Amino acid sequence: MAVASIPMDKQAATFRTCPVTTFKVDLAAEKLIIANAVAAVVFLAIGGIFSLLIGLTRVPAIHLLPANWFYRSVTGHGLDMLVVWIVFFEIAGLIFGTAIMLNARVVAPKFGWFNFGLMLVGALIVNVMVLIGDESAVMFTAYVPLKAPPLFYLGIILFAVGALLAVIMSFVNVVVAKREGKLNGSLPLVVFGLITAAILAIYTLLNGALAYVPAFLYSLEVIPSPDAALYRNLMWGFGHPAQQVNLAAMVAVWYALAWITTGANPINEKFSRVAFILYLFFINLGSAHHLLVDPGLSFGFKATNTSYGMYLAVLGSLIHAFSIPAAVEVALRKQGHRQGLLGWLRNAPWKEPGFGGMVVSMVMFGWIGGVTGVVIGTEQLNMIVHNTLRVPGHFHATVVGGTTTAFMALTYYLIPLVFRRELKFKNVASWQPYVFGLGMLLVAIGFIATGLQGVSRRHWDISFAQAAFPSAIPGTVDLTLAIAGIGVVIAFIGGGMYLWVVLASVFTGKKTEANALMLITPMWSQPKIADEEAEHLQPRGTFALVIVYLFFFAAYYLSNWWLLGGRVWGIR
Amino acid sequence: MLAPPRVWWKPLGRLEKTWLYIALAWCVFLTAMMPLWFIYGKQNVPVESYRTTPEQHQKATEAFAAKYKVGEETALKIPVVAPPPGDIYMYGKTWSWYPILKLKKGQTYRLHLSSLDLQHGFSLQPSNLNFMVLPHYDYVITLTPSSSGTYSVVCNEYCFVGHHLMVGKIVVQD
Ligand code: HEM
Ligand SMILES: [Cu+2]
Ligand SMILES: [Cu+2]
Repeated sequence: MAVASIPMDKQAATFRTCPVTTFKVDLAAEKLIIANAVAAVVFLAIGGIFSLLIGLTRVPAIHLLPANWFYRSVTGHGLDMLVVWIVFFEIAGLIFGTAIMLNARVVAPKFGWFNFGLMLVGALIVNVMVLIGDESAVMFTAYVPLKAPPLFYLGIILFAVGALLAVIMSFVNVVVAKREGKLNGSLPLVVFGLITAAILAIYTLLNGALAYVPAFLYSLEVIPSPDAALYRNLMWGFGHPAQQVNLAAMVAVWYALAWITTGANPINEKFSRVAFILYLFFINLGSAHHLLVDPGLSFGFKATNTSYGMYLAVLGSLIHAFSIPAAVEVALRKQGHRQGLLGWLRNAPWKEPGFGGMVVSMVMFGWIGGVTGVVIGTEQLNMIVHNTLRVPGHFHATVVGGTTTAFMALTYYLIPLVFRRELKFKNVASWQPYVFGLGMLLVAIGFIATGLQGVSRRHWDISFAQAAFPSAIPGTVDLTLAIAGIGVVIAFIGGGMYLWVVLASVFTGKKTEANALMLITPMWSQPKIADEEAEHLQPRGTFALVIVYLFFFAAYYLSNWWLLGGRVWGIR
Repeated sequence: MLAPPRVWWKPLGRLEKTWLYIALAWCVFLTAMMPLWFIYGKQNVPVESYRTTPEQHQKATEAFAAKYKVGEETALKIPVVAPPPGDIYMYGKTWSWYPILKLKKGQTYRLHLSSLDLQHGFSLQPSNLNFMVLPHYDYVITLTPSSSGTYSVVCNEYCFVGHHLMVGKIVVQD
């Protein structure tokens, strides 16, 4: 590449220096980040409207939408949230990580805009298709031989191609930064995590092409229906690793938020980096856990793949579950908060949205999402879970309570730093993670408890009023769905608070250079400590917390085996 | 957040190391549970399946239903079938299950499941057992009912806008 030898001052890019972080910010990168982040938030808002409508439809006492609109809205919600909001935000994050955090430039800004355009057009097509007719009510999974109009698939494919190109551009950013001598030594851990996510994303999006392109051709009637089981395999080769992209990106955001809000640095870089590498190698096997009760696959295939070889990706998460809180604990202990086991927690910056968001995200992800995920993904246990509401219960804890909350919390910090606007309604921002988190907690628990009683997901009418036969659904389902319904409303309010703060600040906030990293709490200062290894600086509180967590994990896991062994007919 | 010093390959602290070993042990246990249950457990995911076609499966199911038919139910006249232990058949198509099965508690049956059109989900309620039903695949579920009563078969894989209409029935007698 010719640019490699151009000295800094002759580059095409224009830089400003951020007064707070001292990063050299490429203005073209900044514009791209803003565009992607705004698109993300707009689609979050659209998906959010769908979520209220479908959420209230699932509460039998309200049963809001008619059947066809329910299925259309679930399709729109799944795509707007899981695909459009998350991926737009991740692209914004990738540009931030591979340009701004390395003091480097976006190599090809025009190309970046092209990718953005593809993604935007794709997302709009999908939404329009879902709104104009029942034919596109096929869910984001679009399981063949179910068939939507060709434009529906085309929208998804355009979006995916745009995302793929954007990910490739971010790799080139890093390579060029290295050649231009801006990168000495290792990548920062946060960028390392983001790059892990990007590598996973390439694999994921290629699988997506293998699934959706044949479905597109089938819809054009160029080819007969692809094999249903093979499609499921490829589709989940896309859908599952996509969740690992989200996971790796979210963990990177946790590290970033921990540093921003408490000054925490990972106590052991090796520990944290190896954990990311475990994701890279083992997590791609996970798509099989969507196929556990499918015909055509052997026990060996299913068991090996669902355990990701040997639950080594779970090990990766257990490592992060220790190392991030431990980093926060050690940072706070160094700042003098040393009372007892958990004194540092009492003195943590709870009002700071980045801290609150990180904690909510970690608790929702780890305690609810991770634990339920391991159970669902266990070969035999899947028989009592597959396609019940326990599944949405699980992933609303992971991808909503976990990833979405973390991304929301990070946004608040991007507003002064990247948008260069003053954050408005700081008090609202301060409460937002807790409101959203509480709502999601109730949604997750309500869905899980309902699914345990056999109620299926993506289902409009559990009273079976128009069906040939009734199905005995226990009366307690009304209670558990009411809990979920309350959660839906609270989470909707929490999501609205986020949109309110972000959109108000971005469009009407005072234009100003950022002057501090922290938004609410006074900035931390990290004292120099002579004896880093001293006993009172050890993360003993975190150790106690992870042990309690493990007991909770074990109790939930074992009780599911008890349910399977005690309640279910003999099956082979 | 900031780039680390060049050498970050440092040994782990005491608590980190302890946690790593505990976490690793837990992961080994999680892994071991699946093969152990496969060998000793009474509920395992069926692995027997064959290629078929919708026509072939429909023919086999209808011949089976005609042979052991004991009645009819609903406006659609879905046959009620009381077969002896052994091979039994059922298919799903938008939006019904065919036929209605009458089984005996404690007997073992080999249920052949397939779909004539879209993907469907076989969800036996209230005992909450769930399997995928795909076109072109004959999935053989070997089951031994251990309790009697009327069970419904809810379709729990989305099969287009009439998905919630798709319910079938299995009756288990003492
Ligand atoms: C206010 C927040 C939210 C609420 C109340 C909510 C509620 C719901 C409900 C009621 C369903 C349908 C469950 C069913 O019948 O199967 C659903 C499905 C889903 N939600 Fe959410 N959700 C929210 C936010 C999100 C977010 C932020 C994401 C992703 C980042 C997300 C991802 C999904 C996905 C992937 C599905 C599955 C769609 C399908 O089955 O095809 N949700 N959600
Ligand atoms: Cu069906
Ligand atoms: Cu269905």
